[in-house]
Amino acid sequence: MNVPEITEMAIDAGYRTLKADAEKNGYRLNPDEEFVKNLIRGLLKNEQRYGYRACPCRLASGKKEEDLDIICPCDYRDADIEEHGTCYCALYVNEAIASGKQKVAPIPERRPPRSERGKYPAVKIVSTTAMPVFPLPVWRCRVCGYLCAREQPPGVCPICKASKERFERFV
Amino acid sequence: MLYALSTCQWCHKTKVLLEELGIAFDYEYVDLLEGKEQDSAMDSVERWNPSGSFPTLVIDNKRAIVGFREQEIREALAA
Ligand code: SF4
Repeated sequence: MNVPEITEMAIDAGYRTLKADAEKNGYRLNPDEEFVKNLIRGLLKNEQRYGYRACPCRLASGKKEEDLDIICPCDYRDADIEEHGTCYCALYVNEAIASGKQKVAPIPERRPPRSERGKYPAVKIVSTTAMPVFPLPVWRCRVCGYLCAREQPPGVCPICKASKERFERFV
Repeated sequence: MLYALSTCQWCHKTKVLLEELGIAFDYEYVDLLEGKEQDSAMDSVERWNPSGSFPTLVIDNKRAIVGFREQEIREALAA
């Protein structure tokens, strides 16, 4: 199979776009530019082989519906930045690391292991009091937590630009 | 034995560290395997590291170090 090579130019362009998007949305990239560019090479490579930008540090199945949670930015990014200061790959980091005040270090994997994936509904609503009945369903973006009440989730998350399929029914 | 992904930068750092230390080691880029070969590599990874994450470094078939834990790797291999 002949796979076109991922050029330095494509990586540079990817880097600029990712950095601009991140900063516009209140995220920061790892200040180690070479490290980040290698991750971008991985993202572009995954886009080439799977058709979507699966996380470079996790094994993708190649089946999009099984990999939705690890399409970059993954469902685990925000929680990991909050708890550990960095996402699993160390592509996105918190302010302290971005500004060089803290060093980035590897963190534990938050994604459930193969055998436990897809077993639990992502959101369990445990309530003893009756839920009010809403005139519309409420959808939650699994990447950034944005909520909206409408018949269908939006095509693209207006906050983080995640695609429609990353939404889950919340209420 | 180092189980790694070809696109993962913590895996890359682990591999570079092992090379620097001058250790003889085998490695497998699990993402470059296909079908049954990949499944069986994943089964091996999970035996040592139930979360199935990368890098997983198995030392002498005795213990595993999960992730680029530099200090721990250095100590384990200095012994
Ligand atoms: S946000 Fe970080 S951990 Fe999540 S998919 Fe992207 S690079 Fe991987």
